Amino acid sequence: MSNKMIKYSIYTLIFTYIVYQIIVSVSASSLTYYDLVFLLEGLERTIYISAVSIFFGTIFGVVFGWMKVSLGTFGNLILSGFLDILRSVPLIIQLILFYSFMGILEIDISVFWVGAIILSAYTAAFVTEVVRAGIESVPQTTRRAARSLGMTYWQDYRYIVFPLGLRAVFPAWISIVLSVIKDSALVSVIGYLELLKTTEELISKTQEALLLLLGIGLFYFIISYPISLYAVYLERKLKI
Amino acid sequence: MFDFDYTFHWITVWNVFPEMLSAALVTIEVALISMIVGLFIAIFLSLGKDSENELFRTSSIVWIEIARNTPALFQIYMAYFGLGAFGIHLSPYLAVMLALIFNNAGYLAETLRGGFSSIPHTQMASSRSLGMTTFQSYRYIILPQVFKVVYHPMTNQMIWTILMTSLGTLVGMLELTGKTDQLQSLSFRTFEFYLVAAVMYFVIAKSTLLLSKLLAYKIFKGD
Repeated sequence: MSNKMIKYSIYTLIFTYIVYQIIVSVSASSLTYYDLVFLLEGLERTIYISAVSIFFGTIFGVVFGWMKVSLGTFGNLILSGFLDILRSVPLIIQLILFYSFMGILEIDISVFWVGAIILSAYTAAFVTEVVRAGIESVPQTTRRAARSLGMTYWQDYRYIVFPLGLRAVFPAWISIVLSVIKDSALVSVIGYLELLKTTEELISKTQEALLLLLGIGLFYFIISYPISLYAVYLERKLKI
Repeated sequence: MFDFDYTFHWITVWNVFPEMLSAALVTIEVALISMIVGLFIAIFLSLGKDSENELFRTSSIVWIEIARNTPALFQIYMAYFGLGAFGIHLSPYLAVMLALIFNNAGYLAETLRGGFSSIPHTQMASSRSLGMTTFQSYRYIILPQVFKVVYHPMTNQMIWTILMTSLGTLVGMLELTGKTDQLQSLSFRTFEFYLVAAVMYFVIAKSTLLLSKLLAYKIFKGD
């Protein structure tokens, strides 16, 4: 048997042992079928709020990024200041602040939308910088050539700047997406029942802290790791 | 449009402002310590990722990928609740510190790897052939150059860490956010208290940036 085969069979043995241990400890624990369903619902909410925030955050980020390159000094100052605040204040504080502000104004808004609005704004603040870098990475001569070929301002953006510039910053956008998925865990502070909050509730109910935490750690890892591998792959591919 | 019926009570916040300031010091302290310890571990992790030794390499990769691909809040829960299963009961302060060190080491390792790959291999070879030991060549030749490359990413990481300490409030740590939460629960002036905390975080983050720029001017003067 070659060295490699021994190595892989050891890995397989270890892996099988871990899976066996997980199955044994799950069946021995006080976790019921409904607890697992509860956990999966939490996972669904995590994915849902992340997707909504990434969607709106990216749209606003692209608009703000465009504004940052096209606005004058004064408009730029206001926009940058606003985005800077979003990036320099912890997400927890932003969430609680916005939630209590809605309370002051007596606006009836669901926890989901408070979380989604703040997460979107947070995402937009990061996407803006990335989009601005992308737009500025397109050489001025290319854009002048487009305009002198008779393209309008918007055609220049639609067919020249966005396809070239946004492609260059796509890996950076993916890493923002990853951090939004991870940061969505913070929405639990205002009571949104996402993955980490459901786990916390189950921990206080069943006292199976380690098992549950390892389980959801695996969930996050499974969501996040393939995307990060894809980003690394893209970065390498675009570099050459 | 809105039925605005709310009076702001800033005096409630002002009365306990010194307590919030000392809590802000705790925030800075935790961030600084976890940053420095994390940096030391990160040096080993970033070297480990390209090491020949399989055990060293695998453990470095596992550490880095787990730190980067799970939420920081999960890591804090793991240190606080998870270690309890092994009979290790940490105080919130220690648990947050441990989790942040773990997180910082993972992120900084990737930053440092970028820095190391920007140094040509020949540098190491020539310093070794000049009679330096491996440790000496890292200490006097490689690391000073890497430090210059990773200085600005490290500043960003420092600001991130300061913001991340706010997660400590969820395990009951009394740093700036935790203290604010405790103080606001006495009067339920939630908005006022958190607005002041937000301003404090903003000031801390911006002064860190300013300080780092001044330091960079002093350290790298000339280039």
